[in-house]
Amino acid sequence: MAYETTIGLEVHVQLKTRTKMFCGCATGYGEAPNSLVCPVCLGYPGAMPVMNREAIRLTVVSGLMLGCEIARWSKFDRKSYFYPDMPKNYQISQYDKPLCLGGGVSIDLEDGSEKTIGLTRIHLEEDVGKNTHFGSSSGVDFNRAGHPLMEIVTEPDIASPHEAYAFLQTLKQILLYAGVSDCNLEEGNMRCDVNVSMRPVGSPELGTKAELKNLNTFKGVFHALEYEQQRQSALLARGECVVQETRRWDPERGETSSMRTKEDAHDYRYFPEPDLLPVVLDASQISVWGEDLPEAPRARRSRFAQEYDIPAYDAGVLSADRDVADFFEKAVSAGGSAKAVSNWIMTDVLRVLSETGRRVSDLPLTADALGGLTKLVEDGAVNMTGAKKIFSVLVEEGGTPSKVLDDLGLAQVSDTEALERMVDEAIAANPKSVADYRSGKAAAAQFLMGQVMRLSRGKANPPIVLEMLKQKLDQ
Amino acid sequence: MAGAEKRKAGGLDVAYVAHLARLHLTDDEVALFQEQMEGIVHYVEQIGALDVEDVAPLSHTVSVSNVWREDEPSPSIDHSKVMANAPEEHDGLISVPKIVD
Repeated sequence: MAYETTIGLEVHVQLKTRTKMFCGCATGYGEAPNSLVCPVCLGYPGAMPVMNREAIRLTVVSGLMLGCEIARWSKFDRKSYFYPDMPKNYQISQYDKPLCLGGGVSIDLEDGSEKTIGLTRIHLEEDVGKNTHFGSSSGVDFNRAGHPLMEIVTEPDIASPHEAYAFLQTLKQILLYAGVSDCNLEEGNMRCDVNVSMRPVGSPELGTKAELKNLNTFKGVFHALEYEQQRQSALLARGECVVQETRRWDPERGETSSMRTKEDAHDYRYFPEPDLLPVVLDASQISVWGEDLPEAPRARRSRFAQEYDIPAYDAGVLSADRDVADFFEKAVSAGGSAKAVSNWIMTDVLRVLSETGRRVSDLPLTADALGGLTKLVEDGAVNMTGAKKIFSVLVEEGGTPSKVLDDLGLAQVSDTEALERMVDEAIAANPKSVADYRSGKAAAAQFLMGQVMRLSRGKANPPIVLEMLKQKLDQ
Repeated sequence: MAGAEKRKAGGLDVAYVAHLARLHLTDDEVALFQEQMEGIVHYVEQIGALDVEDVAPLSHTVSVSNVWREDEPSPSIDHSKVMANAPEEHDGLISVPKIVD
């Protein structure tokens, strides 16, 4: 029998706020353990939480970017459970009145078509402490406890590990565009719980699911899902049942294993948080927060292809990162042709970024400078060889392209008299190449061309030189 | 009635809630609290006799909303003070009995 896979994701995203969700402790990663804590985030009795307005705003902005309906009335609830990472013995979360409802994320499938993965909701909660396990004890660091954490829950619309991976990549891109989170996976900014089940193709009912907890890489999600697909379909093929349980992904061994949990572990006894008042958002508040919403990455990609007449692939690469996309548009508006600027970014700028691990906004090279450099090439003021040298200087030291051009003495020689002298010299010095060319070896012209470029120290205008060479050789 | 059935029927199961809350009650206490808690629940249940069709649900006893603060950091407390309340310390971490998932 053939089976189909049904996957739903719960993605936890740490919001980019300066302070925690319910207290004024700074948010931070890699600080000394238990240094960013206070009575509120340590869960001391009697300590009172106060909402961070910025965390509410960032959640609403996320909801607007993802096409959610923003709740006009929302509240927080207590989710009770006992675990050392949460000393209050409850986590403040949202149960039945989350901030955002519905929405969706459109992804590209491998066959080039598009699919929308529906969202159920987005709610806001507090992150919990971080446990480290030792031989006979565990240690808890509460610096992370109370960091604003957004939970994005999908509908069971995802049909394969590939789709799950594409969803996560696309979601990350949108959240980065929105500026709501750094989405740094190494620092745990995005963590994922996965629900996966299998059913006979066409069956109306969902199969029994397994839950995979706390996956912290997208590749991990992909491989864990591939493993679960195999495990569950093998069980079903043997006529056995999938047991509903929580499983742990072990990336080293490449397999999932059952986590023995008590049957009542999921009785969270949610009830309204009495120490917090509801969040009421009217239309004007929501529209104020939605004013500076950036263009979504996919919309930008199609606009780039149309407006700048560049290939779809280039448009995808250029729009993948918001800063790079901004850089591109600014460079084009500074005078470069879109195709030329796109080439510079795709081959040279992105290479520098990946080699140095910098962001485009950290480069001494400005978008105006790149646009200006492109224009110098187009105007024939410098050839590509010279332009590459100027680029290296701009990327290291900054400055304006025309100034660097003068400093390096790279101005292209288009003066025909000077060029003619060099062309004659090259012809006189290489009789064999001249003979080769005349006997039909067109490639010999390229060699002579190289000689002229050498004589000009790279500054000769190549089209003029080539024209001149051909004229003289064909005589 | 057994605990699970009692819960399914929407009733109150003091022994189960005590277990969830890590409260160690004697059998006598369970029986006593069960009776008292049921009394409270029945008292509140009287509201079910009223016609509340046109009454808006009350979510909070205070009619105030959006009590929030700006995203401005305030000082955290000193590490030594944090540790003064910890049973044991391990390299700055609060040490607890081994957690087994």
